[in-house]
This record gives sequence, structure tokens and C-alpha cells, in this order.
Amino acid sequence: MQLQQYAINKDNFEQCIKCTICTVYCPVAAANPDYPGPKQAGPDGERLRLKKANFYDEALKYCINCKRCEVACPSNVRIGDIIQTARIKYSKKKPALRDFILSHTDLVGTLATPFAPLVNTFLDIKPVKKALDRTLKIDHRRSFPGYSSQTFESWYKKQAAEQLQYKTQVSYFHGCYTNYNYPQLGKDLVKVMNACGVGVHLLTKEKCCGVALISNGFLKQAKKQAEVNMHSIRKSVLEDNRPVIATSSSCIFTIRDEYPHLLDIKNSDVRDQVELATRYLYRLFREKGNNLQYNDKKLKVAYHTPCHMEKLGWSYYSMELLRMIPGIELKILSSQCCGIAGTYGFKKENYTTSQEIGSSLFETIEKDDFDYVVTDCETCKWQIEMSTSRKCEHPVSILAKVLK
Amino acid sequence: MQNPEYSKTFDVIIIGGGATGAGIARDCSRRGLKAILLERKDIATGATGRNHGLLHSGARYAVTDKESAEECITENKILKNIASHCIEKTDGLFVTLPEDDLSYQARFVKACNEAEIETEIIDPEEAILLEPSVHPDITGAVRVPDGSIDPFRLTVSNILDATEHGAVILTYHEVTGLIQEQARVTGVKVYDHQTKENHSIYGSVIVNAGGIWGQHISTFAGITINMLPAKGALLIFGHRVNNMVLNRCRKPADADILVPGDTISLIGTTSSNIPYDQIDNMMVTPQEVDVLIREGEKLVPSLAYTRILRAYAGVRPLVAADNDPTGRNVSRGIVLLDHAERDGLEGYITITGGKLMTYRLMAEWATDLICKKLNINAVCTTAGEKLPGSRASAEEINEKIISIPATQRQSAIYRHGDRAGKLAENTQTENSLVCECEEVSVGEVKYALKELNVKKLVDLRRRTRVGMGTCQGELCACRASGLMGSSGIYCTKRAKEDLSAFLNERWKGIYPVAWGDTLRECEYTSWVYESVCGLKPNQD
Repeated sequence: MQLQQYAINKDNFEQCIKCTICTVYCPVAAANPDYPGPKQAGPDGERLRLKKANFYDEALKYCINCKRCEVACPSNVRIGDIIQTARIKYSKKKPALRDFILSHTDLVGTLATPFAPLVNTFLDIKPVKKALDRTLKIDHRRSFPGYSSQTFESWYKKQAAEQLQYKTQVSYFHGCYTNYNYPQLGKDLVKVMNACGVGVHLLTKEKCCGVALISNGFLKQAKKQAEVNMHSIRKSVLEDNRPVIATSSSCIFTIRDEYPHLLDIKNSDVRDQVELATRYLYRLFREKGNNLQYNDKKLKVAYHTPCHMEKLGWSYYSMELLRMIPGIELKILSSQCCGIAGTYGFKKENYTTSQEIGSSLFETIEKDDFDYVVTDCETCKWQIEMSTSRKCEHPVSILAKVLK
Repeated sequence: MQNPEYSKTFDVIIIGGGATGAGIARDCSRRGLKAILLERKDIATGATGRNHGLLHSGARYAVTDKESAEECITENKILKNIASHCIEKTDGLFVTLPEDDLSYQARFVKACNEAEIETEIIDPEEAILLEPSVHPDITGAVRVPDGSIDPFRLTVSNILDATEHGAVILTYHEVTGLIQEQARVTGVKVYDHQTKENHSIYGSVIVNAGGIWGQHISTFAGITINMLPAKGALLIFGHRVNNMVLNRCRKPADADILVPGDTISLIGTTSSNIPYDQIDNMMVTPQEVDVLIREGEKLVPSLAYTRILRAYAGVRPLVAADNDPTGRNVSRGIVLLDHAERDGLEGYITITGGKLMTYRLMAEWATDLICKKLNINAVCTTAGEKLPGSRASAEEINEKIISIPATQRQSAIYRHGDRAGKLAENTQTENSLVCECEEVSVGEVKYALKELNVKKLVDLRRRTRVGMGTCQGELCACRASGLMGSSGIYCTKRAKEDLSAFLNERWKGIYPVAWGDTLRECEYTSWVYESVCGLKPNQD
């Protein structure tokens, strides 16, 4: 007999054995009783939706796509993907104007840059916040990341020629945050890489990775941008022989995993060559030794593991990298969601849940006298800076601070 | 406490709680007769609950058995009207595979037309668009008005209507003898499995609707009916693979029907003649599983790697033709025996043969004969009057209970039709889930316990789908059993026994297909119940 010899199902949800550990690890299920939890929203719900589309529950919108359910799952069910795909396929709610503004980071960034000081001041005024809350349902208690008057890309233009002198070359996927809001992170990266003897390039053309577009339901736009990015990444990796690194864990996660899983855009030919800056540096230090020249600054830092780092399984590299730096005292915070989940926490309807999810993290941070909280994700940074009294920086920026 | 029903005298005593028995109880009570139904286990435990759940259009019989085909299409139309909440109008495709002879299609379509079954020959490419799971190499396809029907729901609705018209339904009451006075059957001896007591119940007409078990019941009166038990095995897949019924367009054979039923898909059946003493032994053999998968894959390739939940088998209640001394020839269609004419024994009739599809017609014939015997002029209304649950559209019901969480609401409407309005207090506790795979809420379980005559967990399963999902009782069985305990249906000791029996019954169906994720989940279940909760396996 050859009963179901190749019983490996494409319908990955069938591997679920209902152990429910995903729901135990779901940060939303613990904070919001209206969310049915990943097991029910994912594999259980999928079976019902296959019966009839009207079994789709709009409460799936509460999923923050942190993928902690997938990390917890012992059966390798792609729970988060199942939920995201169901939202894309079945949701009848059209994205609102607010969702458009929050998710089109490229467009909004380009518009804001020339008027950065004005925009930043304006967005910080109480009546403006109240107005945004009322009209767009962007919660008034949320603070916005400030825009920079010079983008990282335009700063970089003056550095481009100098970068060619290095023997090793990488391409840097800077992401929207570095470009429009916080060019300092990009500058720090260039400084650190150069110190390691690596020249930094930009991709021929970089678009927003699309993480916010996907979670807000703008699939077509996300696909378009993904194709532009994949084209540039292929050129960099396959033609110019430059691996691609990024500082944002969400950008990298989106390019590596969400492109093939949710957008159906293949990347297997270059996926291994797209990674995080901290992982690149960790491997470099491991192979060639940590020969950098450091100043005598002493810093006490706490590392926070963003959800997408947890999913990538890469927080290890950031933590170990920090451990390799003299003068750094590192404490590891227990891995948990900070609650913001990209654009999720900006929305009025999610604000309370968002803050409740992160509350125990904020308490732990406040208890100790850290100089910085360190994390690889920009939205975690916003959340932590808004919800605690501490500054939050990227590991690469910390490294830049202690370099001679 | 003595059940007050035992001392009454009834117009009709119905033996057997399958679809036919339930249909007769409904028909009799609607015609004003005092009816009692006795079932040795729970309703729909025999052939009624052990088939494809296919709402035949009759197309499958068109070539070989025109009479059955005509009966099917007539009842198909009636049931779509009166039992709409038990039915999904999926339509069906009769597809020709490369190995099948395409010329059969013309013969098939002609036969369907003669039986007045609507057919539409469609392009294979269009058929693949309609039903993407079907084998991509099909060479022909015919669309027919097949559908799926939930036999449990159908039986429950008939019972509900019967009860609401005054019928008495006693489950777990096994008939152990027929009481005769001269050449007349006047009552039955019955054993109550719950209280373990014997009783006698008297009535004017006794109807044997025991299906395959009818042969045994008739021996109590010294009457011989030769049944030819044919076992058919089926497999349940973990989710809906197809949304239209799929048939092979060829002479009916093994494993050539795939039916989408509720959350799952069913492939079947095999066919093997078994000795009469084996009718209660329904273990599915590895050979049967093998045939079902091998043939199923030809129809729908993805079955090769789709998780299988369970295997089960039923017995077709085929009757040997009375005029055949060898007993090998099967009587086609419905068999109604008036034992007064056939055997000189008054007050006793047998209704058998037939199909789930024709249960209502069988009930009508039997009730007509009962009325004739009782000299009552009452017209059958079961073809026109809708069953409880089918009396409002899904949209109307949805409006009524709109505040219940979406998935739960849709599930409740799907299962209970217009009765879904009865089950919700819409509190947080009532809305919490007992069964997560099938979205059965505490409120739904409570409704079933209160209104649908539940004695054991298996009964609850037939009425709500608790334990029918992929976890097969892993998460829901203990919750449901707890609710049954707190509703006063049984004590803690009985609850534990029932829980253990229920899980073992689930395992019985899993055992023939216990590999891969299905086995993994079983291991987990046994770890939860046996190792963590300390539940002891039943001794029997």
C-alpha cells in the first residue's frame, strides 16, 4: 500500500493540531477580547472560510501581523500569513483616507521633506492633533516621528564617490524612516561600515518595502513597489556582486518573507544576500575579528527584540554584536511586542490596545537606569520613546557612538 | 421515576430513529395520529448517518435504474423547498476522465432527460473554472442539480416537527420483542438502556422502520425478511476540497463521488457484501482506505496530500426480492410490506429499501397505509410544509441575531436555520466557544441540551457538530461534557464515562487513517486527556 505517500499539504493550516500555544503568545488576544486570537482567526477560520466566504470575520483587522504566533507554533503553520491573506481576500472594508496617508510613506515623506520644520511643529500642536483625531481617526495621544529637512539620499549623493575606494562593497536599503525622518541612522551606518573597510552604495532605485501598504490593504501598490525593489536588489546582488543590507528589521522581513508569501513575488535567487546590517557586522567580526578603534565611553543599554526580529530569528546577531563592543553593558529585555506594530498603533481604535500590549515592557524599561534602549525597528523606537522617558537607538548608532 | 408515556396507548409505534422513522413520526403526527418512536441508540445512527450526505439529483441512477432516478429528482425538488437549511445547492458535475469512455456521456444525458433531470453539457475548461479541484485532464463534464444534505440535521428537524405535533420520541429504547395477540401485533417490549428497565408499550399499528436491523426485529414475530447487507466505506477530508459534487461519468463504481459537506469533503464509497451478523461491525479496512484514496486521487488530485480526518462505513439496507428463492436479487427502490397481506399478521408493517433521498416518500407511503388500516382520512402535508429551521431565509435570521460574533452567527444559522434565534442570550459566557473548529458556542450547546433530546456527547455531536472538526474532541469534548453535567443530564461519574466513550468512538474512526498530522493530533489529545487530566480509558 502507498497511502498518501507524499502527504505534505499545500494547505499549510491542516498541520495545526489545535495546541493553542499561538493564542497564548498573541499580544493582541491578551489585550483585546474582540480579537478571536490567531488559532481561530488563522487555521480554524480558514477551514470555515473555505466553506463559504461569509464566515470571514472583520475582527481579523485587529491582527498586528507581529508573527509571534508563527514563532510559537510547533507545527510550522504560517498562521500570520493565513490571517493576512484572508484579510486581503475577504475583507469588504475599503481602506480609509487615513490608512492611505499612514501607509504611503514614500509619498508622504517626499511631500513633507521641503517643509520639515513646519510640518513637525504643526503636527505637534494640540489642536492639530485633536483635529486629526476627529477627522482622520489618528489618535491624538500619539506623537509623530519628525521629518528631516534633508533626506538621507540627498546627503549620500555627496558621499558616493568616496565610497568607491573600499575593497568590499554593499548596497544599503535605507528604508523610508532613515530617508525622511532620521538620516542620522544612515550616516551612522556609513561611518561604521567605512570603519570596517566596507563601502556603502544605494540601490539603483529604492521604494518603500511596502510593509504598511500590505497591512493596510493596498496590495496592488505594494506589489508594484516590491517589483521595483526586487529589480534593484537583483542588479546589486547578481550584476554588481554587492549584497544588500538594511537597518530596519521590518523592511528586511518584508522583502525576504512577505514578498513571496503574501505578494507572490519570488526572491529565492537573491534572498540569502539580503540581510540585516547587524547580522552582516556580526559575521564580519566573527571572521576577521573586531579590530575597530573605540573611544572610552561607557554605555548601559537594554536590547528590545522587535516582533519581526523574533520571526527572523535574528535578534541574536544584534545582541551578540553589542556584546562584542567594549564599554557596553547590555541587558536583554524579555522578548515581547511593544504594541505599536507599524501604523496599527496610530489608529484611534487601536490606541488603547496598543498601549496595553506594551505596558509591561515600558515598566521594565523605566525601572532601570539605561542610557539607551536599543532595537532594530523604527516603529518600536517611536513607541518606546513616546511611552517611556528613555531614548531609543539602533544598534548601529550605538556602535557609531563608541567608535573613535 | 416511571415515564408516563409507557402507560399510554398509541395509534402508531415506530421502530427506528433514522430519517425514515423520523419522517413517519412527522407525517403521522401531522395527520393527527398519536405516534411514538423508539430508537435503540440515538437518531440517525444507522444508514441515515452513514452515507455521503449527497442530495441526489437522480443522475447517478438514470442509466441503470430509471424509477429511482425519477423518485430522486422529485424528492430533490421537494427537499430543497422544505429542508432548505439542511441542504446546500452546490450542483454537481459528472466528469469524464481520460480513462473513461466519453461516449457514455451521451447515454447518460439521454437517460437523465428521460427521467426529467436537468443536464447541461459543459466544456471541460469551463468545468475546471467552476470546480478548480477537479482533475485537469477531464475530457467531458455534465452539470446536474446534485447538492449536499446533512442527514443529522434533516432527521433532527423531522423529529422536532413531530414532537411539536405531539409525537413522543424515546431514544436509547431498544425493542426486544413484539407483543402478539392471536394474529395481531398489539405492542412492543422495550428495554431502556439508560435506566436499564424493561417496559411494554401498546399501539394499533407497529411500523418496522429499522432499516437493516428490521430483519432481526421481524424475527420477533416469526416473519422472514431477507436483507442483503452491503457495506460501504467513506473517508472524510479535513476541509472542503471541492464546492460542487463530483461524480465520475461512467457506470457507478467504487469511490467515484466526492461530496462537499459542511466544513469537509467526503469520498465514497466502496461496496462489499457482508454476512448479516456483521452489520454492527463497521471497521474500515486498510484495503478500503487504499481504494478510496487511489480512486479519489483520479477525480481530484489534491486528495493525495489532503489530511484525512476519519474513515467510516455504513450498511445499505438492500432487500431481497420476495419472489426470488435464491435471495440474491435485490428489490429496487422502496419496499413497503403489509404483513397482514404477506404473512397474515395484522397491525404490523415494514418500510425498508429506498434511500435517504426518498425518506419522505417512504414515510408518506407508510403513513398512507397506517391511515388506511386505522380508517382515517387525512392528507399528507409533508411535501409542502417546511421543516422547523427552514421557515425563514438566512438573511432574515441573520438580521435577527446580528449582534452575535460573525463566524459564530453564520455557523449557528447554517446548522439551525430559523431556530438559531432561540439559542442566543448573547452574553459573553453564552458566546464563548465549546467547539473551536466548528464554532459551537455555549449558547448553542445549551439550546441543544434543552430542546433537542441529548443524552450523551455523541448525541450532541449529531445536533451541533461538537467534536466533528479537525480536533475530533481534543478541546471541545471536556467542555461539552462539563455543560451536560451542569445541566443535570448526568453526574460526574457518568460524565467521565461518557467523555471516555466519546473519545474512544472518535478514535475508532481515526484509527484506519492514523498517520501524519491526524496521528500527531491524536497523540496530543491522548496526552491532554490521559496524561494531564488522568482520564481512564473505559473498560468495555
